[in-house]
Amino acid sequence: MLAGFARSAVDPRLARDLRLEIEEFNTEYCAALDENRIADWPEFFTEDAIYRITARENAESDLPVGLVYCEGKGMLRDRATAIAKTAMFAPRYLQHHVGNLRILALGADGIVSAQANYLVLQTLVDERTTLHQAGRYFDRFAREAGRLLLRERHCVYDTLLLDNSLVMPV
Amino acid sequence: MRGVAMPDSARNEPASEPSPLGYIWPEEGLSRIPDWVYTSDEIYAREIERIFHGRSWNYVALAAEIPRPGDFKRSFVGPTPVVVARGQDGSIHVFENRCAHRGAELCRPYRGTAKEFVCPYHQWTYDLAGNLIGVPFRRGVKGQGGMPSSFKLADHGLAQLAVTTRNGVVFASFAHDMEPLEDYLGPEILTDFDATFDGRPLTILGYYRNTVPANWKMYHENLKDPYHATLLHAYLVTFGLMVAGNKSAMIADRTGRHGTMASAKGEEGVTVDPASKGEMRAFHENLKLADPRILDYVKEFDSPWSVTMQTIWPNLIVQRELNTLGTRQIVPNGPNEFTMIWTMFGYEGDSAEMVRHRLRQGNLMGPAGFLGLEDNEALKFVQDGLRKSRAGAAVVELGGIAEGSSSSLITEAAIRSLYRYWRDVIGV
Repeated sequence: MLAGFARSAVDPRLARDLRLEIEEFNTEYCAALDENRIADWPEFFTEDAIYRITARENAESDLPVGLVYCEGKGMLRDRATAIAKTAMFAPRYLQHHVGNLRILALGADGIVSAQANYLVLQTLVDERTTLHQAGRYFDRFAREAGRLLLRERHCVYDTLLLDNSLVMPV
Repeated sequence: MRGVAMPDSARNEPASEPSPLGYIWPEEGLSRIPDWVYTSDEIYAREIERIFHGRSWNYVALAAEIPRPGDFKRSFVGPTPVVVARGQDGSIHVFENRCAHRGAELCRPYRGTAKEFVCPYHQWTYDLAGNLIGVPFRRGVKGQGGMPSSFKLADHGLAQLAVTTRNGVVFASFAHDMEPLEDYLGPEILTDFDATFDGRPLTILGYYRNTVPANWKMYHENLKDPYHATLLHAYLVTFGLMVAGNKSAMIADRTGRHGTMASAKGEEGVTVDPASKGEMRAFHENLKLADPRILDYVKEFDSPWSVTMQTIWPNLIVQRELNTLGTRQIVPNGPNEFTMIWTMFGYEGDSAEMVRHRLRQGNLMGPAGFLGLEDNEALKFVQDGLRKSRAGAAVVELGGIAEGSSSSLITEAAIRSLYRYWRDVIGV
């Protein structure tokens, strides 16, 4: 669905270890977002990271636009600052759920390509909980000081018609 | 429905003519806007009939979305689905997305390329202009059944709309005797429209689609309301994109229906004066961006303005926010909700770095944009207030009773101009 994320053979034992490691990573990533620790969110990325949220119709047509488009950790930090300090939005609870993790490739440079499905549930005051986004992560992880960090996260959502606004990252 | 000011018994309309004329405008005039303008199903029905299906040019596409013969896209005129298709001769056709046979919405994908359109239900087939060119078993089988001999294909095409284009922007109308687009827009609006659409071929960068749980007119009003810009959007002021005292203008056309909110980004080192700081509660003095590239302005337009937000009645916003460019198409879904379709674009010949600059700056706008998400949130707050609370009216009195264009940001004159026009069209 997203160019550059084809699956290639990875040693099954290695893939299993990576899956566990990335599942733990994603669990902590979601916890930071769900607990409103937005200042922690950029720390899941490398300095030169690309982060993009885009509709599946864009991804499939190779259209580059992002609902959110960040080049580099500075832009991620600025988004975190804007959400925390300047943005006006209704109070909400969010739950990010990630599953169906697949290890797509392991490069000679140690870069791990992976894919996972995600769901975001949103609850607004006096309103029912809604399924705010259903999408897929297309990720590349780099290892720095023994720890995996996101060098790329492309969040490609099926939910083409977004309800009103997207405040927190996915 | 809420806010009917007069009991039904007081109406004297003929029963056959559904009319919203039971509604009474507040005696203060255009400095008040009653809730029923935004919440009434009757008013909404009349808006569809008289505005979107009436005498208006409706934005439907950018020509760059359908560059080759046979290319098509789904679009809307008001709430009504249409197809925009390019014929074999290169001309652009707009027709209703509703099979002439049983009414099926036959074109389902957002975009594509076709030789003809076939309704999947009974395979009635239309050409790229919407003309009916085939009906299966039209003559029946073995002399039995089929259409009567009086049935003519030419009488059963898809309903075709009038089409006009200007510098790659495509408009359509259900009225076939519309004035030229240039006259419809007027010179005040055309100047900034042509600064954005200056004839350079466009490249499509992608789409956002979102609903807003608010009346569709509020989106126009939000962009005719420069008062909100430095108050709701703390980001603008905090990071120096728009500061009270920057050169700015709120421009209205002579009818009041269209508008341009324009501002010129200040030079480096522009600071917020102490008196204004005190007025803006959301202002943060000590925040700095880690990556200030998002604020860069590459001057590429023949215009004194670095930002123009144009509201083109009834369904188009043209966004030129520094170097992030887009059209926003309003699709009303009843009085309490509309869909917004954003088409982000650049120009052919943009360098790879210029495209990335546009994408980075795109974080300002859209339903997740630093400014865009706040507009959508605020409009929901307003519609919630109107829908749920006792009937009332908006106070639109900034700038007194003045109407039309203004160089001040602290005015609602352009909103009053819009409602002078709207009341005349709707008849309230």
